[in-house]
Amino acid sequence: MLAVHQSRINYVLHLADNALIIGHRNSEWCGHGPVLEQDIAITNIALDLIGQARNFYQYAAELIGNNTTEDTLAYLRDEREFKNCLLAEQPNSDWAITILRQFFFSTYQYFFYQKLQYSNDVQLSAIAEKALKEVTYHLRWSSEWAIRLGDGTEDSHQRMIKAIDNLWMFTGELFLAVNYEKIGVNEGYGVDISLIKNDWMKKVTDAFEEATLALPPDDVWMQRGGKEGIHSEYLGHILAEMQYLQRAYPGAQW
Amino acid sequence: MDDFEKNFQGKIDAEIKIEPKDWMPEKYRQTLIRQISQHAHSEIVGMLPEGNWITRAPSLKRKAILLAKVQDEAGHGLYLYAAAETLGTTREEMIDQLHSGQAKYSSIFNYPTLTWADIGAIGWLVDGAAIMNQVMLTRTSYGPYARAMVRICKEESFHQRQGFDILLTLSQGPDAQKNMCRDAINRWWWPSLMMFGPKDSDSTHSDQSMKWKIKRMGNDELRQKFVDMIAEQVKVLGMNLPDPDLKWNEEKNHYDFGEINWQEFWNVVKGNGPCNKQRLDARKKAWEQGAWVREAALAHANKVKLQTHKGTLEAA
Repeated sequence: MLAVHQSRINYVLHLADNALIIGHRNSEWCGHGPVLEQDIAITNIALDLIGQARNFYQYAAELIGNNTTEDTLAYLRDEREFKNCLLAEQPNSDWAITILRQFFFSTYQYFFYQKLQYSNDVQLSAIAEKALKEVTYHLRWSSEWAIRLGDGTEDSHQRMIKAIDNLWMFTGELFLAVNYEKIGVNEGYGVDISLIKNDWMKKVTDAFEEATLALPPDDVWMQRGGKEGIHSEYLGHILAEMQYLQRAYPGAQW
Repeated sequence: MDDFEKNFQGKIDAEIKIEPKDWMPEKYRQTLIRQISQHAHSEIVGMLPEGNWITRAPSLKRKAILLAKVQDEAGHGLYLYAAAETLGTTREEMIDQLHSGQAKYSSIFNYPTLTWADIGAIGWLVDGAAIMNQVMLTRTSYGPYARAMVRICKEESFHQRQGFDILLTLSQGPDAQKNMCRDAINRWWWPSLMMFGPKDSDSTHSDQSMKWKIKRMGNDELRQKFVDMIAEQVKVLGMNLPDPDLKWNEEKNHYDFGEINWQEFWNVVKGNGPCNKQRLDARKKAWEQGAWVREAALAHANKVKLQTHKGTLEAA
């Protein structure tokens, strides 16, 4: 029973961490975007994602009890306890990489939340329903930009090719279930992510075609580990920055 | 004064808003372009000192509020650039002038945000000072500018409250947080007073702007209103303002306050503030590194247009 409960907590934390970490990455653009309207758009997406993260953390805190809050979960856990996918933590680099990262991730979230709406966990189902409205916009925005950059100029096209080369290896993990996800499926509250892979691939293939971009070959090695706390070196730096005040002034109210 | 100008001043005197297609003196147009673009640039450059704390905000709630606030400022920049464009300039021209140093932005943003308390102090003092000016500008004589200000003022009062709330929380915390709060107030107080500009007696643009009702209150009057407001609010924080001369004057029904360091004021205006170079470099870098993105968007839009055109021809 205890193990089952812990699985649910891990599952919720995984969803929260995904949203927080990619939201945090997007927030790094605020004030530095390539054009004012898009600065606003990427910040808006960051806000939505951090909002989703808060909903999941608040629910996880409720499941854990013991005075746990959304902030103790976000600010007082270490790298190895974070369960986000590797894709979410990849650096912004340039606008092409940020856009492609968001497009891959929003496509995933779009199909994922559609299914999570039917979770037998009413909290998860409610969060998914609300988040889906936001993600529908994120997907439209990021796919339009992916197409624009792929099809735009020779320079933007080359940058998108480089972005694909940088990020494709992190997309496999999105559809490979770890233990707590498998338990979630068995218990009826989790999504069978292997079932959304084809939808994801079709959406990406269509957008790439319009963007005049080639899909990578099937045999690209896929990295994994994030969901089980084995991250890239980038996450530690994100957390060092994000958690600094909470760590420096333990117990303080802000 | 010719008939056009008489008619124009007549409208101003009758409190009729001037609209983009109306005749206006060239100097009125130029003054407004200068002022509105400077205001727009201030919103955009102002995103940087606060943006400095987005990734380090101490709770998820504070992070979300700060992100929303900085995003609001980007939105204000947009309205204002659009208002200035109605006067016959373009956003690109205005941005070029910012980058070349020809156009100014509010000097306050050339000070660094060193601690989390600075985010509170900016909201409370800097946005508080800005609101004084902006509320006045909701009644400015140029229609598009006045209307932009109405929208902006609604959001700014929320910004000021969130800033005060950050400081209130810190002021009730342990000594380390109280000190953080006090230090931020000490550093931001005088620069906030400088935001109202030189004394009316030293201001080059004031007289004509008052006559045209671009401005409706003098710098000194607005500054005094601000001092009176903050001197009361600071009591709620249990803190003091760093001015030994600050005291209530029964006779004048206002607070007296000390002399601003005008040498520092002019020095920062001239570009020698602690962050002038850093802020401008950050803006230029964002613009230059975004050039390929803007070019790609344009190229794609042109291709789509061409295809649609071709499609229409084929269908015909």
